[in-house]
Amino acid sequence: MVADLLTWIFLLAGSVLGITGAWGLMTFPDFYARVHAVSIADTLCAACFILGLVFQAGWSLVTIKLLIVLTLLWITSPTSSHALVRAAYRAGLRAMTHGNKQSSEVQS
Amino acid sequence: MYLILLGIGLSGFWLLLSGFWSNSLLLFLGLASTLFSLYISWRIRRQYRLYSDWSLILRFPAYLHWLLIEVFKANIAVVKNIWFPRHYPISPTVKRLPMSQKSKLGKTIYANSITLTPGTVSFDIKDDGVLVHAIVEEAIVELMDGEMNQRVSKLEQRK
Repeated sequence: MVADLLTWIFLLAGSVLGITGAWGLMTFPDFYARVHAVSIADTLCAACFILGLVFQAGWSLVTIKLLIVLTLLWITSPTSSHALVRAAYRAGLRAMTHGNKQSSEVQS
Repeated sequence: MYLILLGIGLSGFWLLLSGFWSNSLLLFLGLASTLFSLYISWRIRRQYRLYSDWSLILRFPAYLHWLLIEVFKANIAVVKNIWFPRHYPISPTVKRLPMSQKSKLGKTIYANSITLTPGTVSFDIKDDGVLVHAIVEEAIVELMDGEMNQRVSKLEQRK
């Protein structure tokens, strides 16, 4: 009963965070800022979902596997977003920066 | 020594994931896959030596604990930026930060920690500097204070 309640709380929190990430993806002004919005969905949203499922699985091998999945996600998601941002940077996309609304030179 | 430790680790990992402890065919296949992974990692290590100090694993949990709290706080900050752009306006900033880590692994951990934290992304590493894009200026200022940098450096230092 308590486990069910905790699962509900964590899954709902994860859903809200996921929607927040999607909303940020739509509203943020440029590519680099959008990556930050998505990283919410990568980190805390994923963690909330996995934790919610852990409370359903109880003490079993499934729990360990779920935690391994979470670890893997937390290692690979920064790697992939780094690759994405680096590809954009190498392709010459300039970041919109504070104080200079148009486009500014990225120091290299 | 390295191969023995890795072998024990991989076998344990296989047993944990499969959950079959008694079927001899499956155990044999697990052994075969462990040996194959050992061979591959031996080959990789010969070409590209990442790190050789294993005491890092012992110091890692403390850092992980600190990192989790930072990630949580940064998540809340970016959520505020998304839902209340009037009160918490974004101010994207790009800056090159110095890194004090010596090893490749230390640099990787530092850059990955920066990227894992929402609101900051590392996008280029040259020599001993990392180019960081942050969504609010304060995040860059906080990184320049260097707490994360020092913690990662301490993590990789042999005691």
